[in-house]
Amino acid sequence: MWDYTDKVKEHFMNPRNVGDIADADAVGEVGSLACGDALKLFLKLDDAKERIIEAKFQTFGCGSAIASSSALTEMIKGKTLDEALQVTNKEIADFLGGLPEEKMHCSVMGQEALEVAIAKFRGGPVPVHDHDHDHDLAQDGEIVCKCFGLTDGFLRKVIEQNRLHTAEQVTHFTKAGGACGGCIPKIKEIIAEVLGEQQQKPKKPEKLTNLRKMQLIQEVLENEVRPQLWADGGDLELIDISGNIVQIAFRKACAGCASSGYTSKFVEQKLRELVADDISVEEVQG
Amino acid sequence: MKEIYLDNNATTKVDEAVFEEMRPYFTELYGNPSSMHYFGGQVQKKVDEARQRVAALIGAHPDEIVFTACGTESDNAAIKSALEVFPNRRHVITTRVEHPAVLTFCRGLTKQGYRVTELNVDRKGCLDMDELQAAVDENTAVVSVMYANNETGVVFPIEEIGRIVKDKGALFHTDAVQAVGKIPLNMAESTVDMLSLSGHKLHAPKGVGILYVRKGVPFRPFLVGGHQEKNRRAGTENTASIIALGKACELAGAFLDDENIRIKGMRDRLENELLRIVPAARINGGGAERLPNTTSIAFEFVEGELILLYLSELGICASSGSACTSGSLEPSHVLRAMGVPFTCAHGSIRFSLSRFTTDAEIDTVIRELPPIIRRGREMSPFGRDLLNP
Repeated sequence: MWDYTDKVKEHFMNPRNVGDIADADAVGEVGSLACGDALKLFLKLDDAKERIIEAKFQTFGCGSAIASSSALTEMIKGKTLDEALQVTNKEIADFLGGLPEEKMHCSVMGQEALEVAIAKFRGGPVPVHDHDHDHDLAQDGEIVCKCFGLTDGFLRKVIEQNRLHTAEQVTHFTKAGGACGGCIPKIKEIIAEVLGEQQQKPKKPEKLTNLRKMQLIQEVLENEVRPQLWADGGDLELIDISGNIVQIAFRKACAGCASSGYTSKFVEQKLRELVADDISVEEVQG
Repeated sequence: MKEIYLDNNATTKVDEAVFEEMRPYFTELYGNPSSMHYFGGQVQKKVDEARQRVAALIGAHPDEIVFTACGTESDNAAIKSALEVFPNRRHVITTRVEHPAVLTFCRGLTKQGYRVTELNVDRKGCLDMDELQAAVDENTAVVSVMYANNETGVVFPIEEIGRIVKDKGALFHTDAVQAVGKIPLNMAESTVDMLSLSGHKLHAPKGVGILYVRKGVPFRPFLVGGHQEKNRRAGTENTASIIALGKACELAGAFLDDENIRIKGMRDRLENELLRIVPAARINGGGAERLPNTTSIAFEFVEGELILLYLSELGICASSGSACTSGSLEPSHVLRAMGVPFTCAHGSIRFSLSRFTTDAEIDTVIRELPPIIRRGREMSPFGRDLLNP
């Protein structure tokens, strides 16, 4: 039995906005019977054709698919189209108090239907991830998952937005790789690419006040250095910072370790890399 | 809310009489049956009695019964033993609709260089005997075919299969976990070499099963260690559960007629009424010989998990062949092997009855399920013309 939150239960037992809108301004449809879930989203806009005044859905799917559709329609009512496009699948899941990871694809389906509806209304290219095994329609990059008709552009976006780092997570969020599994190596490649781009992020700031420098030294020690020492059963403590000299004392396995000199060098390198070039690290008994 | 439990192919309620039978063997009669003293010896007597009771239910000799920890262990042990008995035979045959306890084990064998044939089934869920005949040869070590399918209840022609298998000198194993206690079995006049049975499917507790090994059939143990079970399964006996299983088998024998008349009657009524009331519904495996307690009903255009969740709110417990209930993304391998269209497979619900099922409970399901299906279809973008027939 899935561990659904009370909010998810409440939304599949009493879904909001079920039905269609006869004179809808925008309709977005994703999924198919074969895939096991599908969502058809209807939007009615105000006179200026800017703001969503009514949203309804028809969904074929499990409890969390119904709840995600219900949540989506509640969330976008009253928003402008641009505001609605900012809604992420994570926000849909958060609105429901979270979804089991295996069910995250239900929230992604909501986000997709919204994108399709708005793109169709605006007459631009439709981001096709319609899961309809219709490979020719792909405009969002090349098809990666043939079983569910998912493109690399779509997968890349979901991986980035939800900070996914395993192929299994990508399957839970998008279904990609969940049927024949043939595309799992490709999914791993995409994850590696996305992670590679993200990891170039930590960057040394240009100029620092003394206060900011001290804060930054502490942050780097906490986030970059200590976790690595913990992994080997060691630890360190920041004793003092005076000018460019950072005094640390080793703890646990690091204390009295024969290679603590090497570890000091590692700490220094990290601080020079991420805080300032002229920092030196001193080991003290504290 | 009192549950209406119609998921007896998943597990069953431990019968009160079974529980009473096992109760003293925890805190009072806790001796080890292998011990030399009277205290262990009296437990040994009860274990022997249980062995006789199990044997009686399936028409076997007590020496042919090996107690195990579960159906999965029995399945694994049977196939592995056959491969060790025939080291030069490198081919295994099973079916596409087996329980994972057999199917996953067999698929793993391909990595060890074995050739594994998975027999197909037709739309009714029946095996093609010609395909089996063509597949089995002098290189086949073991053929493992379930007695009855857990999802659809379809019963396979085990004796006919056995004759084909024996013709080529291979060993024949059957996973009878769903069949025992529901239909009569008689190993005395059977072609089966090894048979698996699980306690918790017939009102005994979880964690006990048996492997039947026909006298004269060579066997290599799966668990090695002590001399228990005549060196066929090492490990101190799960005495309380074994004694419970003995009682459960005795009761199952006594209720066998009830199963085939009263329970089958309720199952048929459930099917007929639902098919009458709900449009676009069909029975998976409907045209085949089936277990008396099982029905798998496909409701087009509604997703199975949603149906289960709505039923569950009313205390009604069933199961589904839908992808969403298992966390996998594809519907049941059994329904797909049968060629059940996706429109139906995702919306297939299995009800499995037991001797504790009542007419009133069936009435409740007949009353509550059709509005749930209608509600699901009202929400669905598909099959909308069914709403106003």
